[in-house]
Amino acid sequence: MPTLAEAAPPLAPPEPARPPRRRGRFTPYWLLLPGILWLIVFFALPLVYQASTSVQTGSLEQGYKVTWHFATYWHALAEYWPQFVRSVLYAAAATVLCLLLGYPLAYLIAFRAGRWRNLIMILVIAPFFTSFLIRTLAWKTILADNGPVVHALNTLHVLDVTGWLGWTAGDRVLATPLAVVCGLTYNFLPFMILPLYSSLERIDVRLHEAAGDLYARPWTTFRRVTFPLSMPGVVSGTLLTFIPAAGDYVNAELLGSTDTRMIGNVIQTQFLRVLDYPTAAALSFILMAAILAVVTIYIRRAGTEDLV
Amino acid sequence: MKTTTDGSGDVRLSGIGKTYGSFTAVHPLDLTVPQGSFFALLGASGCGKTTTLRMIAGLEEPTSGTVHLGDLDVTGLPPYKRPVNTVFQSYALFPHLDIFENVAFGLRRRGIKSVKKQVEEMLELVQLGEQARKKPHQLSGGQQQRVAVARALINHPKVLLLDEPLGALDLKLRRQMQLELKRIQTEVGITFVHVTHDQEEAMTMADTVAVMNAGRVEQLGSPTELYENPRTTFVANFLGTSNLIEAEVDSRSGGDIVLRAGDGKLLLPEARCSAPAPAGGKLLVGIRPEKIALTHADDAGSVPEGRNRLTGTVADAGFIGVSTQYVIDSPVAGALAVYAQNVERDTRLVPGAEVVLHWNPAHTFALDAAQDIDAGTEEEAAV
Repeated sequence: MPTLAEAAPPLAPPEPARPPRRRGRFTPYWLLLPGILWLIVFFALPLVYQASTSVQTGSLEQGYKVTWHFATYWHALAEYWPQFVRSVLYAAAATVLCLLLGYPLAYLIAFRAGRWRNLIMILVIAPFFTSFLIRTLAWKTILADNGPVVHALNTLHVLDVTGWLGWTAGDRVLATPLAVVCGLTYNFLPFMILPLYSSLERIDVRLHEAAGDLYARPWTTFRRVTFPLSMPGVVSGTLLTFIPAAGDYVNAELLGSTDTRMIGNVIQTQFLRVLDYPTAAALSFILMAAILAVVTIYIRRAGTEDLV
Repeated sequence: MKTTTDGSGDVRLSGIGKTYGSFTAVHPLDLTVPQGSFFALLGASGCGKTTTLRMIAGLEEPTSGTVHLGDLDVTGLPPYKRPVNTVFQSYALFPHLDIFENVAFGLRRRGIKSVKKQVEEMLELVQLGEQARKKPHQLSGGQQQRVAVARALINHPKVLLLDEPLGALDLKLRRQMQLELKRIQTEVGITFVHVTHDQEEAMTMADTVAVMNAGRVEQLGSPTELYENPRTTFVANFLGTSNLIEAEVDSRSGGDIVLRAGDGKLLLPEARCSAPAPAGGKLLVGIRPEKIALTHADDAGSVPEGRNRLTGTVADAGFIGVSTQYVIDSPVAGALAVYAQNVERDTRLVPGAEVVLHWNPAHTFALDAAQDIDAGTEEEAAV
């Protein structure tokens, strides 16, 4: 830097200051390197490979070749759009349920739990100590046709209402949309609670006091102060729930029926049973693009960049 | 203290107290803040002053006693139903709302639709008209403080409560804001109850100061009254500096009490003695450092008759511009502080010099000797 050298007084030449600067300049890149390598090997390369698969044609016997056959995308979309729509609806329903169940709990942990706070947090995380599959299978037992849950819902005539809405069929809960949405909600609930909690926990309780002091009733304080300030948690919680839920296939597989197949099930079948790799790859890309579009619109609308 | 007009802005605390488990934060106390006055609750941290304020605001439920605003008993009312507003210690501005909406918050909650004119006028009053559309974090500490005041004042509360509102500001800005708050208070005429640990702040701003210590009000009065006639060692030491000398009551002559401290005699006007003074009883004699004059021992003859006098040696002399702060070692009274204006300084008054300390007996006050002589000093506060 010549200008700096000229401006510096003769007693303090810039040379001694340079070695530490040079050493520090590359530090950020060294720190990034492991993560970047990991992403290249396990994310970028498979993605490129998958993209190329999606535009290949051929058969398992004669091998596949890249023929830039984009028609696969249109065919896949034309055939499986109901599963796409269903995935988005189920994921959205599960996300809304997670928010309705998770917000009060996160609020309780953040503001009211006192010395129980850590215990409740552990209970929220505890399900992770068991396998995802086992937990989902357990719901099969819970919602079993002759189990107490179904019996109770039947007695209370709740199943009449849900059946009329098309969420359940007859006297069954299992193998219906309701069962799949319940499974999704249960499995992704912690991903909603944790970001909500960390967002709520950062809110200064004096803001509640200030709102009360300025004539806001408790409910108004929540609506005007607490909820707006927890928006970062609401946004990240809904994203962490919606995105994996939209691509999930385990819940639909174990708790659903052929009528509740989600796009994840279709992709799984195409890859592992039908062995139609190009269609499966194309479906994966369409799902990715759809989620990206939904999320982008959502974040724009939520306007969280305004929040501190 | 201003005269009460209709009394609807009086704050009356009757036997109000607060305990947390076995800890008593505020001992049941009675206090009346007259309408329109600028009232300060002064004390070190943990003395119960903030708890008292929060009980007035409704943010803390008193364990005993009642809070009245004028004739209205508000003890059982939640904060949002009380006609008081608070300026919080760290301002507690809503970070997601801009300055305009922060100030308009209280009006909107009370269902007032057209807030624009009022908010703009209020922002003008605190000189923040230009900042209306900024977010709180974009403002400096002093500006945020003014927003907090505007947000509370716009509701025309009967009482404005200020919880260490200037604590986060640097010294210069604090002095400026003290004058600003005082100006606003005079302009709007609302009762201000101000909590602070800064004795200078309390004395500059308030008409009446209540000095609190360990959950009790030690003394209540005008700043002059508290400074000139402290009734406890805590008040004497916490407000400014006091030299406290142990002395024994010797006799009475006219309106004065004659005291014996070591081999010296000190005179004390009877009216300025807050403790019973039977002959032979002990008292703590107090004298403020700036009231004492120093004369070099060589000139001892020039000290006029009738003044209280002690002898000592200069232990330390600190020059701080407007004055010089001396520490004098006296065989009778230990270390004494003396502040001398830097007018016609005697250059012989250097450490080691023998001096005579003398003052007008009228400036002497006396306290009950049965208390901790160091209560309220900085050394004690640091423990």
